[in-house]
Amino acid sequence: MSTRRIFARPARYATIAPYLWMALFFLVPFGFVLKISLSQTAIAQPPYTPVFDLGEGWEAFKAAFEQLSLDNFRLLLSDNLYILSYLRSLVVAVTSTLILLVIGYPIAYGMARLPQRWQGIAMILVIVPFWTSFLIRIYAWINILQHDGLLNQILLALHLVSGPVAWLSTDTAMYIGIVYSYLPFMILPLYATLAKMDRTLLEAAEDLGASPAKAFWLVTFPLSLPGVGAGVLLCVIPIVGEFVIPDLLAGSNSLMIGQTLWLEFFTNKDWPVASAVAIALLLLLVPPLLLYDRLQRRQIEGGR
Amino acid sequence: MAEQLAKAENRSTEKTAPQTAVDMPLLRIERVTKRFGNFSAVNQLSLEIRAGEFFALLGPSGCGKTTLLRMLAGFETPDEGRILLGGRDIAQVMPHERPVNMMFQNYALFPHLSVHDNIAFGLRRAGMARAEIAARVAEMVALVKLDGLERRKPDQLSGGQRQRVALARSLARRPQVLLLDEPLAALDKKLRESTQGELMELQRRLGLTFIIVTHDQEEAMTMASRIGVMDAGRLAQVATPRDLYEAPASRWVAEFVGDVNLFEGQVISSEQGRLKVTTREAGIVTVAEPRQPVTKAIVTIAIRPEKIKLSRRGLASGADALQAINRFEGEVAEINYLGGLTAYRIRLDNGTMVRSVMANTARLDADGYGSSDRVAAWFAPDDGVVLEQ
Amino acid sequence: MAGAVNRLSRFNMTALALGFAFLYLPIVILVIYSFNASRLVNVWGGWSLRWYVEFFNDRAMLEAAWMSLRVAAVSATLATLLGTLAAIGLARGERFAGRALFSGMLYSPLVMPEVISGLSLLLLFVALNAERGFWTVTVAHTTLTMCFVAVVVQSRLTSLDRSLEEAAMDLGCNPVKAFVMVTLPLILPAIVAGWMLAFTLSLDDVVIASFTTGPGSATLPIRIYSEVRLGVKPEINAICTLVIALITVLIVVASVASRLSSSQGESAAPL
Repeated sequence: MSTRRIFARPARYATIAPYLWMALFFLVPFGFVLKISLSQTAIAQPPYTPVFDLGEGWEAFKAAFEQLSLDNFRLLLSDNLYILSYLRSLVVAVTSTLILLVIGYPIAYGMARLPQRWQGIAMILVIVPFWTSFLIRIYAWINILQHDGLLNQILLALHLVSGPVAWLSTDTAMYIGIVYSYLPFMILPLYATLAKMDRTLLEAAEDLGASPAKAFWLVTFPLSLPGVGAGVLLCVIPIVGEFVIPDLLAGSNSLMIGQTLWLEFFTNKDWPVASAVAIALLLLLVPPLLLYDRLQRRQIEGGR
Repeated sequence: MAEQLAKAENRSTEKTAPQTAVDMPLLRIERVTKRFGNFSAVNQLSLEIRAGEFFALLGPSGCGKTTLLRMLAGFETPDEGRILLGGRDIAQVMPHERPVNMMFQNYALFPHLSVHDNIAFGLRRAGMARAEIAARVAEMVALVKLDGLERRKPDQLSGGQRQRVALARSLARRPQVLLLDEPLAALDKKLRESTQGELMELQRRLGLTFIIVTHDQEEAMTMASRIGVMDAGRLAQVATPRDLYEAPASRWVAEFVGDVNLFEGQVISSEQGRLKVTTREAGIVTVAEPRQPVTKAIVTIAIRPEKIKLSRRGLASGADALQAINRFEGEVAEINYLGGLTAYRIRLDNGTMVRSVMANTARLDADGYGSSDRVAAWFAPDDGVVLEQ
Repeated sequence: MAGAVNRLSRFNMTALALGFAFLYLPIVILVIYSFNASRLVNVWGGWSLRWYVEFFNDRAMLEAAWMSLRVAAVSATLATLLGTLAAIGLARGERFAGRALFSGMLYSPLVMPEVISGLSLLLLFVALNAERGFWTVTVAHTTLTMCFVAVVVQSRLTSLDRSLEEAAMDLGCNPVKAFVMVTLPLILPAIVAGWMLAFTLSLDDVVIASFTTGPGSATLPIRIYSEVRLGVKPEINAICTLVIALITVLIVVASVASRLSSSQGESAAPL
């Protein structure tokens, strides 16, 4: 505790630069998103009104303020496109997170059961794909899943299908891509809690008459819940706003919210609506984000 | 003091008491071997334990005692041999199907469950009725004096309380054998001593068979009715605490259990129940001939320090015949005052160091020995033990 | 090893084998096909380097790659500086006004959907009237990646034994000096790892770069992305393989460096 106090003052100065940076480039921009989401669309550069100019003084500010409207949000509620893409984002995020949990848990569990010297290697093996480009990993799957790709070649060679299956532009392809990209995010927190777990607890459960399967459900699983929580949040939040994977792998008939935002922004050049979509998405993510923030702080600053 | 003696006596009668039905052992370990790679943790070990015994496995770390205990619990499978419990070979039975429970060294309490749920864990697995479980848990809580703490989680308990929860949890299923892996190692000295008494009391009251693993010989001596001393995967000796101390089977056991003076030498004569041995360290030593006739020419004589008496009488004079044997002169080299006892190291005139322990029977001991005092050290022939290995 | 508890069961082994196959096979296939001589992506036409040659003759791709490398290097360096400072502040500082807000701001970008971060930064740059290009992308990537650096460094800092700093002060260092002389060398591997993480994340990003870059300054991922949308091209396989190779080399260098520094630290410790 004493060291902490002695270091407190210099440490406080250390935070000034990153604090200002994050305030300017992370916090303030949300203000702009909020403001523009309340503005009118205009065919101009930048394509929205009113453009707020500090130089014009208080009256101009008031005038600008009066021009703000909730029209964009009304649009979001009235047009099925937005509501459907919100719902789709939620469904995709929840479904793929569940798949991730089901696939990731046995892998993390197996890693935690490896002999000590193999565990480090296994962990590196999980992390390395995370370091290699995310885009490249999606691209790798396009290679495999395309019409005359490896998967169809194998299926045809094994006579499992009579003709090539259209994998690309389907939800299956998208789920494969999402699960593939986010698997390390699920495995690592799970592994961290499972590896920490005292094995004698399982022995005690078995000693008291629990079969290995029972011991798993009564002891291992409940004790790994913090890891499950971290893994789920680490996956579900970014997947809700995912853009690249559905854009490259899923069909174009139903969009996720990230794609809708992108479409409004880049194709329709409707910045106010895009901002409104972003604000709505953010509101959706506030509860899990707060939960994640608490978990993260407890994890990193834990033990105090 | 008198009370203590009475207690000890009480105990020794109890120890022989709980003979059930026939004298068939409850647990029978037959030539069990367990290897890890090339290393034999347990090597061709056989042992019988009767119902109602408080048995201690004592040994240095790495001697295989924990491996043996884990084989009894089912966490390790023997590579060879059989483990019979009540006549049934359980060597291949899964841990959760054995009528044996274990109290773990670090207690292994489930951190996500309350005291109540920890104790009820094994009962629920046994498929006991709800009301019955509640009754049994209440009984166990009362037994280990944890009343009022049932709703607490393990991290809200003190070390001693956790130890009690672990004990209650492992006893709740009324196992035929309770295995205790260094159950008191995590407690401080005072708490450990009081808990030793409580464990013995509990074992006697419930009439259960306890097998305890410990590296603390005092603990084993205090609690156990029989002790198995293990060394390098084998049992070096199985005996009552008294026999272990007073009649060790080998030089290794004699040195491992308590302090000892060892003199090695050649047998020169054996007559009238007396064995004369000429030793390098102390010249000719006379001891009582052991019941089993000595077969080797080279033997080791072991004498416990408290059996070596010191005296100033008859120094440098022609002493009488009785004391002329096993009598060595020298000077006090080192004095360690230990409260109830004082430990001396005597340097004999031929240079050999001999340890002696004397009880401090008087508060003001004007006659005590000082550093560099000339003394005579002697022991009775009956107090020497002849060791052939 | 009788207790099923201790045994690595067949189920565990299968899960691990399948899991790692799932993680690595696609990448391995991609690398192999980058050496395919055939123009048809999935017909094997023998080993060849022709797609690598093609890449090195593709001016637009090379420019994008150069842009990406510069952005990654500059933003990773800035992010490492800022992220390390932030980690020190959080790990060693006491509660200060806005600490919760600060750590909230720092950790949120880890999971914040990129479309939101990208859009909000773009709107800021427009409002500031900043010319979009190299610097706007660099600033955006710095913001995104410094939180990763902060997390890596902070977890190393909190796991560090405090008594080392106390010992340094006991031996006459002031707090800042104690930190520089003792703590900094010990957290250096984490700082290096943080830099590498920031570098690869920057080299990887499509979404935020798409929002914040200007016309004529596309990064490599943006180029790859627009090519990929049009379909699979063997040249992309070659580029991807080169990126994977670059990142692998970086990882190996970093892990060797950290092993070297830690073994040095151990041998130096008794002195």
